[in-house]
Amino acid sequence: MNPVTSTNSATSATSATSATSVTKGSATATPPTGSPAPAKPRTRPRGERGPLASVALHTTLLIAAAVAVLPPLWLLITSFKPKSEAFSTAVVKDFTLGNYDHVVNDTEFLSWVGNSLFVVGLTTVIGVFISATTGYAVSRFRFPGMRPLMWLLLITQMFPVAVLIVPLYNLLAGFGLLNQPMGLVLTYLTIAVPFSAWMMKGYFDTIPVEIDEAGRVDGLNPFGTFWRLVVPLAKPGLAVTGFYSFITGWAEVAYASAFMTGEENLTLAGGLQTFVNQYTSDWGSLTAAAVIVAVPAAVIFGFVQRHLVSGLTAGATKS
Amino acid sequence: MAPHPGRLRRALSTHWYAWAMVAPVVAVIGVIVGYPLVRGMYLSTTNADEANVERTIGVNHIPATYESVGLDNYRAILDDGVFWDRLTWTVVWTVSCVGLSFVIGLALANMLNRKLRGRSFYRMALILPWAVPAFVSVFTWRLLFNEKKGVLNKILAGGGIDAIPWLNDPTWAKISVITVNVWLGVPFMLVAMLGGLQSIPGELYEAAEMDGASAWQRFRHITLPGLRTVSSTVVLISAIWTFNMFPVIFLLTRGGPGDATEILVTYAYRLSFVVSPRDFAGSAAWGVLILLLLSLFAVVYRRALRKQGEVW
Repeated sequence: MNPVTSTNSATSATSATSATSVTKGSATATPPTGSPAPAKPRTRPRGERGPLASVALHTTLLIAAAVAVLPPLWLLITSFKPKSEAFSTAVVKDFTLGNYDHVVNDTEFLSWVGNSLFVVGLTTVIGVFISATTGYAVSRFRFPGMRPLMWLLLITQMFPVAVLIVPLYNLLAGFGLLNQPMGLVLTYLTIAVPFSAWMMKGYFDTIPVEIDEAGRVDGLNPFGTFWRLVVPLAKPGLAVTGFYSFITGWAEVAYASAFMTGEENLTLAGGLQTFVNQYTSDWGSLTAAAVIVAVPAAVIFGFVQRHLVSGLTAGATKS
Repeated sequence: MAPHPGRLRRALSTHWYAWAMVAPVVAVIGVIVGYPLVRGMYLSTTNADEANVERTIGVNHIPATYESVGLDNYRAILDDGVFWDRLTWTVVWTVSCVGLSFVIGLALANMLNRKLRGRSFYRMALILPWAVPAFVSVFTWRLLFNEKKGVLNKILAGGGIDAIPWLNDPTWAKISVITVNVWLGVPFMLVAMLGGLQSIPGELYEAAEMDGASAWQRFRHITLPGLRTVSSTVVLISAIWTFNMFPVIFLLTRGGPGDATEILVTYAYRLSFVVSPRDFAGSAAWGVLILLLLSLFAVVYRRALRKQGEVW
């Protein structure tokens, strides 16, 4: 197998699900044939609905879509209202960008964004880098210690924050890393590494083993195969894993709230809490900041979401 | 399995590259998960709190003075009603969140998995709650739930219904946190189920229809069995996520009113970072108990899966 065809097979493996849906759609559209008796007047071709069923279907979906969209939409609307009108029910009332102006210029918001970008970005890069080889080894080799390792990764993923938070707090305090971005990076690695390794395993499983074998025949050792053949093919998988651990870290609350204090050290999840707490409730600033945080995350999410579920559920859909 | 010297060498020469590849992750997990875990287990058998741990005030370094108390912390927790109350609520919370979002997600996926005008529009709209960072959504819901001025109560007032204390009444607060978490969880279920539905071959449905199976029978005997593997995984994942769901509870109600909506994880957090003096040992003991519960759950679940023929 030459590299060109192998690239095709790797990409087609990821888009296999959409292909099935296409063939299925066309299959259901064809009416059943071979019944010589005249069809009853009310029979419809397969895959078609009566008007009543269509209306019911669309109504249900519209309601569900409205429930899903309205809260974020309301957030957006509120962010354009003046501070004093945050709770007004009018959709447009004295349209203003004042909240955005205030958040960007008069608060620590930009340093929170900087902190978050630094912490989460570094975590993602380190996490994906060191977990890629593990994902590959677990996907390709049967070696003593593999099953315990997979268990370890699974169990670590479900570690409750509560088990680690106190010892990590003490550990970071001992190294003087409390309130330091580096401390939070270390902490987030506990989340990012097992998750990324698991996800990368799922992606490597979709790359045909023949590619490795071809590399081996051509005289590459396992590391060479991995680095020169598999990693280039797995770039989409690496990107998705990276993006997803980025989004996860971006939204982490517990560690960030516990380990970072002092307004200029906070990350976004902690910083936004300072707008609305028992002492103040500045909903105008909160909504504006929330919109600025949510839009890039949602856009990134839009790009990667198709690959997400296949990664998360890889173990199950394979067998 | 005593490692025979010859066998060990042979194992090394066949597997050294696999071991080398997993080494970084094993090392990292060992240092930043393993050490804190062992340390946490140790702390849970002491009486460490804010007042007696090692700390530095100004130039003075005060050494740790806490001491071992054996299993007293565990005994105290298990004898106290608080733990069992929190556990009951956590189970109710997990089961209802996972159950509701699974059923809603499955229903919506079935509706979307057919020829339909505006299919991609619906799909995008329905996934939106997953795309917005969870803490942002939780703040949004707090805005909507606001008792005096929130939109939801204003709408109710328009219909002549009294304001509902969404977050200030124990029962309503529980309903509210579950609602928000289901809202957050449905998109994941929906996308996973859609993937599962599309991997079921269309010929099965054709054959069933030829045999005169009704829509319900097709759903019951083709769709549900076809979704078994996907749904077992997503249920496991989302049960664990929900069990540990910190941000929703912490940001929506802070566990209140009182401790009505406090799940195990947030309660352990409260012990070590909110109450005064901070009870590090008690919190660590709660953490260990939570971990035991989760491992038990995972083992039982994996065993059930393996019985159905899944292997690794």
